[in-house]
Amino acid sequence: MIKTAVILFSSLILFSGAKVGVVNMAQLHHRVNVSTDFIKDSKIGLSDKTNDTLYVVNFWATWCKPCVGEMPFFIKADERFRSQKVKVVFVSLNSVKEISQVDKFVAEKQVKQEVLLLNAGNPNVWIDQVDSSWSGAIPATVMYRKGQKTFFKEGEFTQNELDSIIKTKIN
Amino acid sequence: MKKLTIIFAAFLLLASFKPEGLKVGDKAADFKLKNIDGKMVGLSDYKDSKGVILVFTCNHCPFAKKYEDRVIALDKKYKSLGFPVVAVNPNDVSEVPEDSYDNMQKRAKEKGFGFPYLVDETQATARTYGATRTPHVYVLQNVKGTYTVKYIGAIDDNSDDAKAVKEKYVESAVDALLAGKEVSTNSTKAIGCTIKWKKA
Repeated sequence: MIKTAVILFSSLILFSGAKVGVVNMAQLHHRVNVSTDFIKDSKIGLSDKTNDTLYVVNFWATWCKPCVGEMPFFIKADERFRSQKVKVVFVSLNSVKEISQVDKFVAEKQVKQEVLLLNAGNPNVWIDQVDSSWSGAIPATVMYRKGQKTFFKEGEFTQNELDSIIKTKIN
Repeated sequence: MKKLTIIFAAFLLLASFKPEGLKVGDKAADFKLKNIDGKMVGLSDYKDSKGVILVFTCNHCPFAKKYEDRVIALDKKYKSLGFPVVAVNPNDVSEVPEDSYDNMQKRAKEKGFGFPYLVDETQATARTYGATRTPHVYVLQNVKGTYTVKYIGAIDDNSDDAKAVKEKYVESAVDALLAGKEVSTNSTKAIGCTIKWKKA
């Protein structure tokens, strides 16, 4: 009886130890970077008026159902229009405490696009800086090209809507 | 024929004006919504209060959850001073089953809500006010039975950490009104879950 308990107990330790090891590995390789300034960190470079890449920045969070729902459309658009200088950047509005959740999500969904976790302080300040018409609800999407904001939308996209907006912005 | 065209054009023009919702300074719209105890509750039930802290919120949204205790605290602090909280859940239950009437009752009981938690089943109240996310707060002041919108926006400037809050927007607004002053920051923005609208 005692022997079984000891075996059970030690295997439990072994098991939890292995689990901790995996978590540590993941922490060493954060796929998602924390950013206080997504424009700077995704190299959108608003001062560069000659940069003709269209940056499509999607604000989302793992807890936001419609955001998660439209994510595949952005991934597909990124793949479809990459040769036409379109770059999709995902900006997560999860709390910094949730970074491992975001990491896990991004790994599971095999998101290859750049993912930043925004930690920009008081939302009442930075939401307006992104766009004055934004209430703060997500999903929301902003686009930049040649150092200028060329599009903003609060709300979700369909694949068709997203593709046709991108087409009008790169021509 | 020409007249018809003009009328039709005017109609189209009117139809294209989306209701933007209430703004600070507007007269607050009354409502009559079902509370978790089955009774109907509206602004007209608060004739004797100095105002109402109207909070569009829900069960499922992580942001609403983060603010739940702070909403309870607002009610505790301001109810006796004449500004009770009235919470309204506007979400489409078929989108988020967690926000059902049963679950609202459960959550209110678990957390001991001291305020009404109303269901905006037709979503008309949220539409009229122009609420877009949860939580979304409207501070309404009552002057002789007429309610005016005095503040719209966030509860404070830090959803993540109540202890790290620097600006308590709703408290400052209500404090100003209680002191007979104008609200200095009368509109703020915050990240939140979109209200889950019914699909037409």
